[in-house]
Amino acid sequence: MSDESHNYLNARKGLWSWLSTTDHKRIGIMYAIACGAFFLLGGILATFVRTELGEPGETILGQDQYNQVFTLHGVVMVFLVIIPAIPGILGNFVLPLQIGAKDVAFPRLNLASWYLFMAGAIMAVCGWLFVGKVDTGWTFYTPYSSGASNAVLWLTSAVFIAGFASIFTGLNFIVTVHKMRAPGMTWNRLPLFTWAIYATGIVQVLATPVIGITMVLLFLEKLLQIGIFDPALGGDPVLFQHFFWFYSHPAVYIMILPAMGIISDLMGTFSRQHVSGYTFIALSSVAIAFLGFLVWGHHMFVAGQSALSSIIFSMLTFLIGIPTGIKVFNWVATMYKGSVWLRTPMIYALMFLFLFTIGGLTGIMVGVLAVDVHLHDTYFVVAHFHYVMMGGALIGLIGGLHYWWPKMTGRMYNETAGVIAAILVFIGFNLTFFTQFFLGTKGMPRRYHDYSEFLEIYPEFAVLNLASTIGSYILGVGLVMILVYALYSLFRGPKATANPWGACTLEWTHTGPIPDEHNFHDTPLVTRGPYDYHLADDVFGKKTES
Amino acid sequence: MSSADTTLKHYFVSHEQQFDAAKLGMWLFLVTEILLFAGMFVAYAVYRSWHPEVFLQVSELLDWRLGALNTVVLLASSFTVALSIHFVQKGENDKVVVLLIMTLVCAAIFMVVKYFEYSGKFSHGVFPGAGFEPHGIVDGKDYSKYDIPFAPQFFSIYFVMTGIHGVHVLVGMGLFGWLTTRVARGHFSPQYYTPVELTGLYWHLVDIIWIFLFPLLYLI
Repeated sequence: MSDESHNYLNARKGLWSWLSTTDHKRIGIMYAIACGAFFLLGGILATFVRTELGEPGETILGQDQYNQVFTLHGVVMVFLVIIPAIPGILGNFVLPLQIGAKDVAFPRLNLASWYLFMAGAIMAVCGWLFVGKVDTGWTFYTPYSSGASNAVLWLTSAVFIAGFASIFTGLNFIVTVHKMRAPGMTWNRLPLFTWAIYATGIVQVLATPVIGITMVLLFLEKLLQIGIFDPALGGDPVLFQHFFWFYSHPAVYIMILPAMGIISDLMGTFSRQHVSGYTFIALSSVAIAFLGFLVWGHHMFVAGQSALSSIIFSMLTFLIGIPTGIKVFNWVATMYKGSVWLRTPMIYALMFLFLFTIGGLTGIMVGVLAVDVHLHDTYFVVAHFHYVMMGGALIGLIGGLHYWWPKMTGRMYNETAGVIAAILVFIGFNLTFFTQFFLGTKGMPRRYHDYSEFLEIYPEFAVLNLASTIGSYILGVGLVMILVYALYSLFRGPKATANPWGACTLEWTHTGPIPDEHNFHDTPLVTRGPYDYHLADDVFGKKTES
Repeated sequence: MSSADTTLKHYFVSHEQQFDAAKLGMWLFLVTEILLFAGMFVAYAVYRSWHPEVFLQVSELLDWRLGALNTVVLLASSFTVALSIHFVQKGENDKVVVLLIMTLVCAAIFMVVKYFEYSGKFSHGVFPGAGFEPHGIVDGKDYSKYDIPFAPQFFSIYFVMTGIHGVHVLVGMGLFGWLTTRVARGHFSPQYYTPVELTGLYWHLVDIIWIFLFPLLYLI
């Protein structure tokens, strides 16, 4: 189909050809390198946090250092890894290919968004390292932030700038899906990954400006003492929380929706079956995007919000469970009577199903008013959102990277190594975070560097924390192993065929092993759905073992 | 499509597709602008509903005549920019240049009026937030009588909202200057005038936001 010696990777050479590229595939790779580096940084910080908590008493970090380390861990992981990663890496690389477009609608804006992201990222990390340590937590609640050192201005400015990167990415994808689809690529033939990125784009465009203006107001609060959020000046700290969560709760769906899209594609491909309830999965993404805007108040059940608003926010929170449940049951139904092929990406898809369901259901639990009063600010909440953000979003990302790796690099990775790493990640993750559900229900508060004072009443805190720390090391080993075999595959891995998984969507069926610079020789004419596996093998190519 | 046609990007099939994509993108960007200002409008609504009597009293310090003048100036500029899009569609570029310069002049008048309003306030100690120490007598109003609780919040909101709006006006002035030179150099035709149309959309939004700011801050 395409001349193998000529592809997007070798079409132009040199560092500048990358830094000045407007090719959506290359920008995706640049996001992958950047997000990978920040994931490593955030992971190292997490290891510090867990090591400090491994045994009672002060071990490697003092009280203030501990606060600073978990703050940077949160900021890096949320704003520099989980929010940008899937749209930035896989959305950029895959979405135009999946709809048969030559590029996104605004390629230069796409490159600009990468530079904005990098500018924000460098400001955040350098501000923290060289200007002064910030210990407000990733939420920058006032009055912590209005009373903190001026270094907090670097982080909030970074969030503002990186926010625009997110807006431009989302805007680009919405326009691309509306205007750039190949002939015959109707809305009900869009792959579910594209549907999910589209729904994510809506949330990015509608929610991110609000965190932007919140960060501007916080900036002015510190610079001019404008008295909007700072209680010492007559401002209202709960107003800050409303503003903050009006973005940051929808942001949870910026993180999880694209991962859900990846899982939908993986379920179809590796069950070799039409994805059950295609329309319902597609529209439930849009429903989640919409409902996600109506639930921010559930972060403020104990912050002095009126009882009536709390009741309404609690009820709306339960509603999110409906579209989410629709997805989970349809994924399970997709596997039913399919020919499930357990390769590494599918193992991550199953892992997602298991971990995300735990994360989602515990979310319903903390959405219950009375229960939340007990669990608020405990390790139960920490465990819950790590199950959603890591067990959901990042496991989805890792599964997606394994799935599209051959298309991005033209190489296969070692399947045995992939399976072993996946098992390590699964065991390590559950050991780290499932123990924290127990800690939380017993009342261990989050953001404490030392828990020795609780040991008289709850001696089991010591062993649970130790188990959690050991789990985090196993998780770390699994993740490092992925990095090692990925790098090995990049240089020594066997060459991939154009469609090693026998998948059905355009990026596999209509491009070479590594796509051309302009994706397609001729614009594809789409005559079938994205998961029409009931058609003969020879239409899509048989799956080939590496 | 001739190879000399440099206005059609290679990844689009037709001018129509390219124009529609650009316009949809601009509308989405305007949505983000509305949400950016929405945060400040919410802050206004919250503090107004908590302290209505303070807002009522302190807003007397703003001169509604200057606000009304700026409203008229901005409405006029919206009219000239709409006409410039009409004429660029008909290919009458001479008129487009004149109309864009008129728009630019209106925007400049707006900023000059804003400058006098701001400096008048600053000279009497009316600053946003903690620097708020009103003094002196203007138009028979003793400013020191307005030093009451939550008056600083009103002026914080006033300066932040009109300040960020003013930044948008400055950006618009830059865009109009850039557009004028491009029109004069003959870059646009009835087949390709996307930047004029998109800047027009942006300018109407800047206008609409002022239409809300003026009554909320000056009149009620």
